[in-house]
Amino acid sequence: MTPTRKRRLIAVLVIITGVGIAATVAMKALNENMLFFVSPTDVQEQALPAGKRFRLGGLVTDGSVSRADDSLAVTFIVTDGLQSVDVRYDGILPDLFREGQGIIAIGELTPDGHFEASEVLAKHDENYMPPEVADALAKAGNVETEQ
Amino acid sequence: MTVELGQISLLAALLTAFVLGLLPMIGTYTGNRRFIAVSTSASLLQCLLVIISFGILTAAFVFQDFSVEYVARNSNSLLPMGYRYSAVWSAHEGSLLLWELILTIWIAAVALFSKRLPEVFRARVLAVLGWISVGFLLFILLTSNPFGRLIPSAAEGLDLNPLLQDFGLIVHPPLLYMGYVGFSVAFAFAVAALLGGEVSRDWVRWSRPWTLVAWAFLTIGIALGSWWAYYELGWGGYWFWDPVENASFMPWLVGTALIHSQAVTEKRGAFGNWTLLLALSTFSLSLLGTFLVRSGVLTSVHAFASDPTRGIFILAYLGVVVGGSLTLYAARAPKMIQGGGFAGVSRETFLLVNNLVFAVLAAMVLTGTLYPLLIDALGAGKISVGPPYFGLLFTWLLIPIVLALPIGIYSRWQQDSSGRLSGMLRWPFLISLMVGTGVWIMQPAIGFVSAAGVTGGAWVIVGSLFYVGHLLKKKSSLRIPASVLAMTLAHVGMGVFLIGLSMTSTLSTEKHLRMDAGDKYEMAGYTFEFLGTSIVRGPNYTADQGEFVVTRNDREVTRLYPQKREYAQRGNTMTEAAIDPGFTRDLYVSLGEPLDQNGQAWAVRIYHKPFIRWIWLGAIFIMSGGFLAAANKRYRRKMTVKQPATAKTREVTAS
Repeated sequence: MTPTRKRRLIAVLVIITGVGIAATVAMKALNENMLFFVSPTDVQEQALPAGKRFRLGGLVTDGSVSRADDSLAVTFIVTDGLQSVDVRYDGILPDLFREGQGIIAIGELTPDGHFEASEVLAKHDENYMPPEVADALAKAGNVETEQ
Repeated sequence: MTVELGQISLLAALLTAFVLGLLPMIGTYTGNRRFIAVSTSASLLQCLLVIISFGILTAAFVFQDFSVEYVARNSNSLLPMGYRYSAVWSAHEGSLLLWELILTIWIAAVALFSKRLPEVFRARVLAVLGWISVGFLLFILLTSNPFGRLIPSAAEGLDLNPLLQDFGLIVHPPLLYMGYVGFSVAFAFAVAALLGGEVSRDWVRWSRPWTLVAWAFLTIGIALGSWWAYYELGWGGYWFWDPVENASFMPWLVGTALIHSQAVTEKRGAFGNWTLLLALSTFSLSLLGTFLVRSGVLTSVHAFASDPTRGIFILAYLGVVVGGSLTLYAARAPKMIQGGGFAGVSRETFLLVNNLVFAVLAAMVLTGTLYPLLIDALGAGKISVGPPYFGLLFTWLLIPIVLALPIGIYSRWQQDSSGRLSGMLRWPFLISLMVGTGVWIMQPAIGFVSAAGVTGGAWVIVGSLFYVGHLLKKKSSLRIPASVLAMTLAHVGMGVFLIGLSMTSTLSTEKHLRMDAGDKYEMAGYTFEFLGTSIVRGPNYTADQGEFVVTRNDREVTRLYPQKREYAQRGNTMTEAAIDPGFTRDLYVSLGEPLDQNGQAWAVRIYHKPFIRWIWLGAIFIMSGGFLAAANKRYRRKMTVKQPATAKTREVTAS
């Protein structure tokens, strides 16, 4: 091999190795940071392991929101019309969080069957229904799914 | 009746765009100079027609014509005058019109400022841009007409989304689009070069200033969006890895690779095909971004339209542009001129590192953004990819670029010795190491990764500044080439950004708490006292306004007045954060929700964010570097095609 060819070969090998490592790290990072969307029905029907993070979506049940007197702790119920899940959250709820509205909570199930949310999302538009939530409601046979 | 004129004007613009796309292109193949000459007048006429159309829509907002559906949906009689102008691009239809307006402005600019280009090449560039414009005008007219009437007319408008009633919205979209759309020029240059086939690397020199200007606009557009999110969304985040942010970030990443590879191709002839490919990809990614945002396939703050026909239209458009340009590339690129070789230690190598990393970063962001769509399409469930994925990748991939950056600046083209480089870079290296260690000792809470980030930022800044010093020492005169100044400015900006990012990511303190009137809370040496809330009335909202006194060592630092606004027309609630900005820290207070009946107990966010301003300051530097580089005089010299013979001899000597 001429020196030029040898250098080119080395350069190509370095690039391929680099890209390979990057791709491996990326796939690993992707798998570790993937959050599945789960509806209340899924939660009740499938035995989801406690401690696994996922996104829970549904409507906030009317009259279910209750706040602690001395802290920011809040509990509410999320439903898709068929099943519901108790959610606990400690923090500030978004501006558009209302009873009867569609929300997405990110967090995990506790061993006693509550959903412990670390983040609660409601969208920035009063007409807006997160597409996943709309879909889940439609699956549960709820009629009020028209946006 | 005037809005119909707006629509007619848009139709006329479509016809003009057809002429622009067709006649000059035919002219360049048949040698018909009258056809070629059409390109200038058609470009200017098209721009004028779109300006008229845009002006008419703006007038409908300013004079509150609620018989126009788009106006009725996004405006209201109480809307302050300033926001009536920006409301034009607050929703789908109007922002597409803005996109088209900016495209035609770019086209007109190319027509006006590239008279020195060879006639045939210039005509092809303008014709390609004409076709891009045809696609967008069709899209607007067929799926997203902003001039549709509402019958019967509405007595009152729905109001502009309150989130968008803000200075940030006035400036963020136009600047972002200037960047996004501006890459169409680099794209058109690349396609024209491919069509010409025999043309050497001259097209790179011609397209460089255009690419730099677009890139600088995109930089500042993204930074403004981030700044806007920080103060307007009320929870202090400045970047969310939201798919729509990613959509604007991918063209930026590839655009950054592009401006660096253009430098290599222009100066050395190397990376020629790669530069072509990057120019095609940058604009393709801009279009992909438009598709993602406008088709409603994404769950996002920005996704305000979800009409499947629109999605299909843009997807088809995307297919034509990306597929067509890549096919052309595959057919022609192998015949394009090949550049000179280079040694392992040379400026080319370091720029290659830059290009590889930025391309890989863009690919990773693309993966993270499209993967959920793919999984959903396969019916394998609905997933989302969290910010840690992106954070992790950027942390790791930034290492090689940051390390290579100053070395690349110092190294010579073609071949250099590692001994010479390490000798010159000894001091910058030691200084940055000391800065990083010093920060770590003073602020142990920063942790290893962020301390390394600060070291990297300092390495980039000190290395860049030392290079200027090195040039001054070498030359007797005090004149530094403008291109070096531009490069230094942008690289220092990168360092400033990196330091800000590292500091704020680990040293910030964020607290959510319940506060009654009279409560105090201490954070990072500042005491925040909540004095209670009162009612304040704005032009189209009422607000609960909190008052906070911030003291440090018993001296008052500032008073903060965060608001919780209620916009009457849509019944929207909005959080208006109160920020005391500073060079080394921001104090950030926002109201959550009232926790008792008489409104004196509130959920409150209190943040202390060190060095967060450096993130945007860095972006301002980077943008300025881009503009300064584009203003370089040598781009304004007479542009001629080099004789193939000279190009060839160069090639021989270089390899």
